[in-house]
Order: sequence, then structure tokens, then C-alpha cells
Amino acid sequence: MAAKFGTYAVMAVILIFALGVVTLRNIFHCALCLAAALIGTAVLYVAFRAEYLAAIQILLYVGAVVTLIIFAIMLTEHLAGKTVRQNNSQSPLAIAGLLGFVALLTVVILKTPWPVTQTALKAKVSVMALGEALMGTYVFPFEVISIILIAALIGTVVIAKKDAPEERL
Amino acid sequence: MIGIPLSHILIFSLLLFAIGVYGALVRRNIIGILISIELMLNAANINLIAFSKYTSLSPATGQIFAIFVIAIAATAAAVGLAIVLALYRVRKTVYTDEVNLLKW
Repeated sequence: MAAKFGTYAVMAVILIFALGVVTLRNIFHCALCLAAALIGTAVLYVAFRAEYLAAIQILLYVGAVVTLIIFAIMLTEHLAGKTVRQNNSQSPLAIAGLLGFVALLTVVILKTPWPVTQTALKAKVSVMALGEALMGTYVFPFEVISIILIAALIGTVVIAKKDAPEERL
Repeated sequence: MIGIPLSHILIFSLLLFAIGVYGALVRRNIIGILISIELMLNAANINLIAFSKYTSLSPATGQIFAIFVIAIAATAAAVGLAIVLALYRVRKTVYTDEVNLLKW
């Protein structure tokens, strides 16, 4: 019972921080709210018995991606500068469209008979099982991800490096 | 944990996804749009984990694909922010409505 209530509380906190991400005016505060929402998601993963995913979430998202975003913010913006308008004027239209989207999908979710199986509910996924699946069944997507990662790494360096001074012709 | 029905988790991640879409639609700052995209990917991950927990016959599948999504999200953030930095160096702005060089 307490675990159930706690999980709902974590969900509510994540939603509040997510609203902060899209509504706050200072983009630096948005990045901090994103970090908080991602940590909340890691807590949710622990509740789902996906401890390895929770560790990966903290390391990769909160550790790497949020740091990267904060670096980009500091390189492109004067934090103490004047506050500029952060949203464009499409807000009412976006809210109306998304309310329709959410209402439609909520009806669909509630009407679908989800095949919840007791075997899945009782199953425990160990890190060893994950590694075996990654090296066995899913070895091809794993290799594709490796290629994408190395391509993105090289591409990022090429895009972000300073242009060489003009060659004399 | 087992006490929560699957539909509640799905509705929660739907709300998270909708908030992310809202941010991606209304933000002027390109970094704000990237942050919103991270929120959306995060909502998709929660769905994957919930399905693997509740319905899957091989429970590792959902977690494996969540790992793939996290890897892709990291590359997306890195490439996107590199593009933002290159853009800022050339145009001195990170606001989408001020980058209208190709707009007719």
C-alpha cells in the first residue's frame, strides 16, 4: 500500500517537474527541472524492478545529457542577461490540440484489454539476462547502435569544431 | 508496485509525452526544444519498461529496447547541441524564429 502510494507520488512529482521544463522562462532552470524529472524516472524504474535501467538512466541521462545541455546553455546564453520571451504565440492552439490527443488516447488506453500475464509480473530480469539477450538475440541491433554511436561522435566533432582559416587560393 | 494497474502508468507516460510535445511546439529556444524531445523519449522509455514488466513473455526485451532508446537519445542530444553551437557561432542566436534565412 505504501509502495503504491509512493509510486503515485513519484509520478506526480515527475509531471510537476516536466511542466516546469516546458513553462519556466529561464532555460537554465528548465535544464535543472529536466534533471529532476529524469531522476524521478530512475526511481520509477527501481519500482518497476529494472535496477540496471535506473543506473543507466542516472549515468547517461542525468550524468551526460543534462551536463551537455547545461554546457550548451552556458555557451550560447548569458545567464544573468535579460529575460527574453521563451514561447512563441502558438500556445493556445498547441494546448487545444494536445488536449484532444490526450483525451483520445486515454479513451483508447482505458478501453483496451491489456494482456497482463502473471508470468511477466513475477519475472525478475537480472543484469546477466540482459547481457545475454544483448549478445545473443539482439546482437545485430547492438552492432547497429555501435555504428550509429561512432558516426554521431565523429559527426559531432566535425560540426562543432571551429572552421579552419580560409585556404589561400 | 504490483498494485498499480497498467493503464495508470500508460496514462502517466501519455501525459509526460504530451507535455514534451507542448514544449517542442511552443519553445523559441532551440535548446528548449531539445530538452522537450528528451522528455518525450523518456516517456516512451517508461512505456517500454511498463510493458516489459506487465505483459511481455520475455521480460528482457523491453529493457533492451529501452537501452537502445537511451543510446539514441544521447546521440540525438550530442548532435543537436553541436548543431546549435555551430548555428550560434554563425548567426549569434538560438531562437527558432530568428533563424529564417531559408524562409520564403
